[in-house]
Amino acid sequence: MDQELKFTCLHDEHVALGAKMSPFAGFDMPIQYAGIIPEHNAVRTAVGMFDVSHMGEIFVDGPQAEAFVNHVFTGDVRTLEPGRILYGMMCYPDGGTVDDLLVYREFESGYLLVVNAANIQKDYEWLLSQAEGYEVEVFNDSDSWGQIALQGPKAEDMIVKVMGIEELREVEFYSFCDLEDEDTGRVIVSRTGYTGEDGFEIYASPDNILDLWDAFLEEGVQPCGLGCRDTLRFEAGLPLYGDELSPEISPVMAGLSMFCKFDKPEFIGKEALLAQKTEGPARKVVGIGLEDSAVPRAGYPVELEDGTQVGTVTTGYHSISLDKSLCFALVDAAYSALDTPLFIRIRKKVFPGKVIKKRFYKTNYKK
Amino acid sequence: MSKIIEGLLYSESHEWVKVEGDLAVIGVTDFAQAEMGDITYVDLPAEGDAVEAGEEFGALESVKASSELFCPVSGTVAAVNEDLEGAPEKVNEDPYGAWIIKVRMSDPSELDSLLSASAYGEIAK
Repeated sequence: MDQELKFTCLHDEHVALGAKMSPFAGFDMPIQYAGIIPEHNAVRTAVGMFDVSHMGEIFVDGPQAEAFVNHVFTGDVRTLEPGRILYGMMCYPDGGTVDDLLVYREFESGYLLVVNAANIQKDYEWLLSQAEGYEVEVFNDSDSWGQIALQGPKAEDMIVKVMGIEELREVEFYSFCDLEDEDTGRVIVSRTGYTGEDGFEIYASPDNILDLWDAFLEEGVQPCGLGCRDTLRFEAGLPLYGDELSPEISPVMAGLSMFCKFDKPEFIGKEALLAQKTEGPARKVVGIGLEDSAVPRAGYPVELEDGTQVGTVTTGYHSISLDKSLCFALVDAAYSALDTPLFIRIRKKVFPGKVIKKRFYKTNYKK
Repeated sequence: MSKIIEGLLYSESHEWVKVEGDLAVIGVTDFAQAEMGDITYVDLPAEGDAVEAGEEFGALESVKASSELFCPVSGTVAAVNEDLEGAPEKVNEDPYGAWIIKVRMSDPSELDSLLSASAYGEIAK
């Protein structure tokens, strides 16, 4: 990776706020400002904002956009109405995951695909390579958009106050509204997020995003870094591409079969994923709760009592909201049932735990 | 600027040592705790464990990362600070008061290879 680090449109703001910066997915991103714990708690109890301008925006338009998106995406967009959003994955023919993403249906034949920053180029090339024979245009517009995620129980009041649009209260979970304005350009506001709390994601031009960031800051919204973005999504049981989903970890292995619509006539990876689901995958991503406070970290071995390794930790924390040591781990399917006793090797010691549900924290979405 | 106390000895891996007879009292420096951020767990050895200079004897955990602790001297663990089990944040609040272990040294000449306060000040920047 000798590519130069990219900056988001809010980079100067992060530096001015004294954020601890670190490279992530090719961008120089804020890891924390006040600290992971206060930022995490701000989102759980009030409202916090994240610069997520590094995320990718890929537009798919054209007469066969619906058929094409349905071909590459595990979800079924045929019944998705304009103004609504679906979460799902793109998969390889062998069921491995290209990326997980949000599909926004803008109009009858136009979609916005919001993809992980680390995968923008890969996804774009994948989409182009699959588009042959479809009357569609695939356009990577990631550099034209900034994005803020405003998250927490007070996000609704805050966005209404700052943007001055009372109707935003009515935007439903996994829906969006398009605020086209002559002066400000296009602004998309969706009721989505990656924290387990209610909240919004705002997409707009870099200039617009900068103004909004400053306005939220002036209202006292806590800026939050990628550090607590990870602790929050982890508690809410949400996967991170690269940890719980990858070319080697399919949606079925990750426990995300519900996002694969097997009643669709076809989609890339359907056969392989259906076989995994029917026969049961060889390995599964599970949640593990530990009795002790020692912290399981990615890469630590998951063992049976006799020391046989049956898996590996993919993400682990001492949960801030639950005050417990928890992790996701990829384990042999034979040991994936709830309550299965498993042991995690942390440095020189082994700590007992058991398989529990991955949604560690009770989410507070506005449904 | 992180705090460094005169009269203590320091390791390059950011532990401090206070010599009390044949005991080495060991903790982590202000610089180390600031780099780690909020410490949520201290992984302690057991009393009686043998430790070797330069070898791992435990770890500090923050939300984001774990950081191994390296023993500046060889010997036997004579005491562990069990207060840290329930209150790991003491390492952040008072790094030079919150000692982690006491080691009964088997080779006090190892102390000679540790850094003085001023020499440590050069690397803790």
